[in-house]
Amino acid sequence: MNKLMPHGDRDGHSQPMANVMKVAKWALFFLLGLLTQVVFAVQGVDAERSEISFGFRQQGVPGGGKFLKFSAQAVFLPAKPESTQARVDIDMTSVDLGDKGWNQDIQSAAWFDSRQFPISSVVVAGAKMVSPGRYEAPGKLTLKGATHDVVVSFRSRSEGAALVLEGEVPLKRVQFKIGDGAWADTSVVANEVSVRFKLVFKK
Amino acid sequence: MTVHRYPLPAMLLHWMTVLLLIGSFSLGLRMVGMDFSPEKINSYAYHKWLGVTIFGLVVVRGVFRFFNPPPALPEDIAAWQKSASALSHRFLYLLLFLIPLSGWLYSSAAGVPTVPFGMPTLQLPDLLQKDPVSASALKQVHFVLTRLLAVMIILHIAAALKHHWWDKDGVMQRMLPKVRFWQ
Repeated sequence: MNKLMPHGDRDGHSQPMANVMKVAKWALFFLLGLLTQVVFAVQGVDAERSEISFGFRQQGVPGGGKFLKFSAQAVFLPAKPESTQARVDIDMTSVDLGDKGWNQDIQSAAWFDSRQFPISSVVVAGAKMVSPGRYEAPGKLTLKGATHDVVVSFRSRSEGAALVLEGEVPLKRVQFKIGDGAWADTSVVANEVSVRFKLVFKK
Repeated sequence: MTVHRYPLPAMLLHWMTVLLLIGSFSLGLRMVGMDFSPEKINSYAYHKWLGVTIFGLVVVRGVFRFFNPPPALPEDIAAWQKSASALSHRFLYLLLFLIPLSGWLYSSAAGVPTVPFGMPTLQLPDLLQKDPVSASALKQVHFVLTRLLAVMIILHIAAALKHHWWDKDGVMQRMLPKVRFWQ
């Protein structure tokens, strides 16, 4: 079964024009990459070997989950991190917290509200090396209809013929109303959520 | 009538356990039926903190009791009653030990670690791996043991009151500080 999402689903059907623009932008982007042969362009995330998971604490108790469906594209050149471009789209309905009941609860309006906001996305442009093999990149995270700046920290390595980008994105859940209303109380479920990823791209 | 009372630390430990049991029992009964809410999360957390505390207290009580044997019962109590008392007290201690233990194991099997007082540094190790089958079995064990404890507590209270009102032999006062109200 193909775990990648069909591209048409990525932004729902609310903004067709924006979709066209995005597709055009990405098409241009990859075309340029191919033409110049300077940029190490990778696409087609290996869903079987890639992982996106997250961790949080409730009353000090560590909990976590993972997303089973997502798509990712990245252009990354270790020697030229400032040229980094990446986009990850996550199917919020594919979350797995390890419990059937919790998986349903988290889709509710107070949490992911995935009926209204089925997809969340991170767009990254430009990274800087903070130490050998370690990078930091500013990103825009769109989650539950809100967009905020995040910092993506990651490492890169080659695994055979694949490029592996592995790292994390710390975020504050209240900024995105993840856990709204009574759940906004961060003494119950902590505000800090760490999203971890391992993206394996076929070169 | 002379009453040979328990030492003060034993009294304190006993009555603290009483309060903690009232708290954890009522939380336990209420939380299972709650809708998914912060209140439910908190109830489970507090229930587990109380359980950990009761577990700690029962260990302290066991050690204290070993070095400070309970005061003798009045001589005129029937031998069968003395052995019934010894047996039921052992059973009470056993349940106070096994119930928090089964709750801890159930938590581990359910994949939700136990973190006393919400302090990550105090997180208990998970003795079992996450496994839905053992989780539901341990939940059942935890449930049955708490019902047994409830029965034993009712017997325990009934026996104390019987000694107080019927036999008037001062057995109940052994666990009460010296106050004029109960002499």
